[in-house]
Amino acid sequence: MKILVCVKQVPDTNEVRIDPVKGTLIRDGVPSILNPDDANALEAALMLKDKDPDVEIAVLTMGPPQAGYMLRECLAMGADEAYLLSDRAFGGADTCATSTTIAAGIRKVEGVDVIFAGRQAIDGDTAQVGPQVAQRLGIPVVTYVQSIRMDEDKVTVQRQMEDGYEVVEVKLPCLLTCVKELNEPRYMSVGGIVDAYQKDITVWNHMDVELDPADCGLNASPTQVFRSFTPPQKGKGEMLSGTVQEMAEALVGKLAEKHLV
Amino acid sequence: MAEAFFTEQHELIRRLAHDFAQKELTKEVLDKVEETETFPEEILNKMAKAGFFGIKIPKELGGQGADARSYVLVMEEIAKVSGVASIYVSSPNSLSGGPLLLAGNDEQKEKYLRPVVTGQKKLAFALTEPGAGSDAGSVAATAKKEGDHYVLNGRKCFITMAPLSDYAVVFAKTDVTKGNRGLSAFVLDMHGEGVSCGKPENKMGVIGCATSDIIMDNAIIPQEDRLGEEGDGFKIAMQTLNTGRLGVAAQSIGVASGCLEEAVKYARERKQFGRTIGSFQAISFMIADMATKLEAAKQLVYKAAYMMDTRQDATLNASMAKYFASEVCNEIAQKAVQIHGGYGFIKDYKIERMFRDCRVFTIYEGTSQVQQMVIGGRLLKK
Repeated sequence: MKILVCVKQVPDTNEVRIDPVKGTLIRDGVPSILNPDDANALEAALMLKDKDPDVEIAVLTMGPPQAGYMLRECLAMGADEAYLLSDRAFGGADTCATSTTIAAGIRKVEGVDVIFAGRQAIDGDTAQVGPQVAQRLGIPVVTYVQSIRMDEDKVTVQRQMEDGYEVVEVKLPCLLTCVKELNEPRYMSVGGIVDAYQKDITVWNHMDVELDPADCGLNASPTQVFRSFTPPQKGKGEMLSGTVQEMAEALVGKLAEKHLV
Repeated sequence: MAEAFFTEQHELIRRLAHDFAQKELTKEVLDKVEETETFPEEILNKMAKAGFFGIKIPKELGGQGADARSYVLVMEEIAKVSGVASIYVSSPNSLSGGPLLLAGNDEQKEKYLRPVVTGQKKLAFALTEPGAGSDAGSVAATAKKEGDHYVLNGRKCFITMAPLSDYAVVFAKTDVTKGNRGLSAFVLDMHGEGVSCGKPENKMGVIGCATSDIIMDNAIIPQEDRLGEEGDGFKIAMQTLNTGRLGVAAQSIGVASGCLEEAVKYARERKQFGRTIGSFQAISFMIADMATKLEAAKQLVYKAAYMMDTRQDATLNASMAKYFASEVCNEIAQKAVQIHGGYGFIKDYKIERMFRDCRVFTIYEGTSQVQQMVIGGRLLKK
């Protein structure tokens, strides 16, 4: 079985600060990381490989050449092969154009049985690319997957809901988008890193994946950004302490003070 | 990152060690290590899985196939957070694994080195004796050949990890008349008959990795567990120590980086006389000194590792790196405590532990004075 995992290199938003005047992200000096949900998707694939050594894992991303560093990280965790879709023509893509490119890349990687992706990336938070890729490939998609049981020609998953989960059985090939509750991603290993640098990363441009530049990147992105802004931060809440009785009394007192009760 | 000495691969290894240390070696875990004087096996298992015990050891022996620079980076990042955790990394990679890698035959490597670098067994390095510290040649323990085995008698002291170990590399005299040339190396089964450990020492720092005596009272070692030939012991010990001291140098820059980080953080937060203490020149100059010396120490350590990786003779540079980095680390830790003022003297702050942990760095694996002897000796050799 061949599992393809879609991954993305994102700025570590834990380290990102907002420019208070312009309201935009300060990206300078911010480390790039493997998108956290994608790490869960990769871990899910690696766990299947742990159980069945015949499982092959390919990771695929679209991004600038620097994204190769993140692909090495995926290889060091245990992926077998890595694909980087990199081309000036892919630049400035919204989710619509991104999914066209990624779907074209996946078609070119042969023999993929199932595709895992993260639920969403922490830089854009759209959660759109996974489902759009499935749409373009004409295969079923299940989002918010929190557990996976793989069989010969189908997969049974739990789909996370706000107050519970659905059990969904779906035929292969299909695409699953994974949430962090699925697992705890493993560390790379020193030896894994050594091996990762002996492997080749396959780099494809628009010609390699047979795409017209008009169908990718900024040219094919209908999304228009009017304005981006940071919502004003709420003031800090006040924590009450003491016994339940004392806290309840204090709370009622505060509410009364503000004429809310 | 000192780009001159490192590749992208090294950077990724540093990231791995950094993330591991930040995530696993939390304040709660480390406080508990201090309190219980034991290091959690669960974390050791995770370290083994991440490959930290066999960094420089070839893949065919169960190791990770990386290099000395990778070893330095892992040591530095782990020591930045926990001095004691870095001892568990250093031992199999260096002091205890070293003699097997240098002098072990294929069977010995398979039997002893593989389980150690994969984290299944622990191995100690037992050279020091009550009367033989810096003067390693004056070992009094004896190994008497009887048929197909040796009978060992003597006492080793200050042996790191001895009570936790499954095996120890011990050095004993096979010929007491020959001085250094009478010294031989063996792998001792710590659970074997005639082998016992003393009470764990009550140490100032690096608590959580028991250190004790090893007492050999007619301990039997089969002939096939001798490392190298009879009389090779001194050479094996010195070769191991020559490169092994790079580990202490890396520990030193790690702990020093941790101290500097804490000092900067505190100097930015702590207010006196209506302003942060970091805004006083007295404190900012101390921090400038600490950072400058740390940077110099790092370059020495990285260069020594680079020389090892490029197969140059690094004995002199490893000694310089160990000497300078460990001394500077103590200076930085001392200043970091000073910057913390009264709080630096209280166990609630990390800096108190770091200050105690690094004190041994100028002492073990060759004191600063032994390093000076090595450096001076090299330069003045005729």
